[in-house]
Amino acid sequence: MSDVAERVKSIVVEHLGVDADKVTDNASFIDDLGADSLDTVELVMAFEEEFGCEIPDDAAEKIATVKDAIDFIEANQ
Amino acid sequence: MRRVVVTGLGAVTPLGVGVDHVWNRLLDGASGIKLIDSFDVSDLPAKIAGLVPAGTYADGGYDPEEWVDKKDLKKMDVFIAYAMAAAKQAVEDAGWQPEDQDERDRTGVMIGSGIGGLGGISEGSKLLAERGPRRLSPFFIPANLINLASGFVSIQYGFRGPNHAVVTACATGTHAIGDAARLIMFGDADVMVAGGTESAVCRIGLAGFAAARALSTNFNETPEKASRPWDKDRDGFVMGEGAGIVVLEELEHAKARGAKIYAEVLGYGLSGDAYHMTAPSEDGSGGFRAMENAFRNAGIAKEKIDYVNAHGTSTPLGDEIELGAVKRLFGDHAYKLAMSSTKSAIGHLLGAAGAVEAIFTVKAIQTGDLPPTLNLDNPSEGCDINLVAHEAQQRKVDYALSNSFGFGGTNASVIFGPTP
Repeated sequence: MSDVAERVKSIVVEHLGVDADKVTDNASFIDDLGADSLDTVELVMAFEEEFGCEIPDDAAEKIATVKDAIDFIEANQ
Repeated sequence: MRRVVVTGLGAVTPLGVGVDHVWNRLLDGASGIKLIDSFDVSDLPAKIAGLVPAGTYADGGYDPEEWVDKKDLKKMDVFIAYAMAAAKQAVEDAGWQPEDQDERDRTGVMIGSGIGGLGGISEGSKLLAERGPRRLSPFFIPANLINLASGFVSIQYGFRGPNHAVVTACATGTHAIGDAARLIMFGDADVMVAGGTESAVCRIGLAGFAAARALSTNFNETPEKASRPWDKDRDGFVMGEGAGIVVLEELEHAKARGAKIYAEVLGYGLSGDAYHMTAPSEDGSGGFRAMENAFRNAGIAKEKIDYVNAHGTSTPLGDEIELGAVKRLFGDHAYKLAMSSTKSAIGHLLGAAGAVEAIFTVKAIQTGDLPPTLNLDNPSEGCDINLVAHEAQQRKVDYALSNSFGFGGTNASVIFGPTP
């Protein structure tokens, strides 16, 4: 697992209070990990904070799964 | 009118967590008022408060993660977490577990707060100024809204009846219990989870009340001596924090399920001062009329009252005005009843005060113990009734009254009676 993937997953575990083994690449924040729309807003803020990047709202809307987040961050670091 | 009884109690206070634990410490004359060490008080004139002690529930302390999922804690200010802890105790104490949707629809929540998420709003405002709007949490608004205490409790238990919240400063807790009882009397609900919660002990809260010259400042070196209702040396109130929640229930509903009944909510009275933002009207007519109105629907003679849990905040003006109103209302009987201020031990819990004090009033009826007024070394002139100075007393208590008065000239009194 890449460094980015590891950090993304640990943020998801912490913020959504879910078990680490549920946080697979294809897990959807809302459908699989119990997040609501406010949780996903906060999650994106936590990614921004951790990686020092800005995730614009239109990009944030497309981040639905763990892999979406990892891909965006790796492409925009 | 339908009759309403108290079937569950829950408390988070500066004397600890859990009603029995708190009650025993209160009767022992313990104080929950301490020097504040969780934030800088060096430039504040008041450096003390009644603080909820950290620790496990088993040891009578407070650990938020015992009451709320860790991931949910960041979605709520401390005042909501206190309400969740007290509500869980009260609901479990009442043994109320609705089995079908209809029962959940007939159960409501009415938890108020005086100020709500003052600390959270202050932190959010700092964050906005220092780091800009993108750093503000999406939970900032709902985490600090007063009615979200009721909201979170209703979501937790699936209670879909009336979902309401009272905001009447330091009278909040009493109004919440009285109003919730009325909803049951009117048939809007069969069960109500009601009370008050507060966590305003933060820099801006302390600074704000200090600016209004409302706080005690002469006892920073001896915090346990600072709250001294009716004593000559009193110099203001001491802020406190916590939550008090009760389960109120329609009498026949409680009987049908064999619930333990603590007491009956007999009377509830309200009034306004129409006088001043923060000072009580000097003739005490506000408190007098709130008590008088409570008797109007309690349907008992004034001479029946054995115990009064006073508002008694330890401010120079308020204590004697309240006592004067009690003397005028009760006449000779004022010298036969007992009255104490439990704020002497826990400080002033603002919006939670009336709810926690209602619990103490109910416990006095249940146990026959009268909690003491600490630090009443030299009563002010005319403070000559039994104010339960220093040590708890025992007497049979059938009927008891609790007063709460708030900024804005808002007053409430509630009368409890024995289990029917």
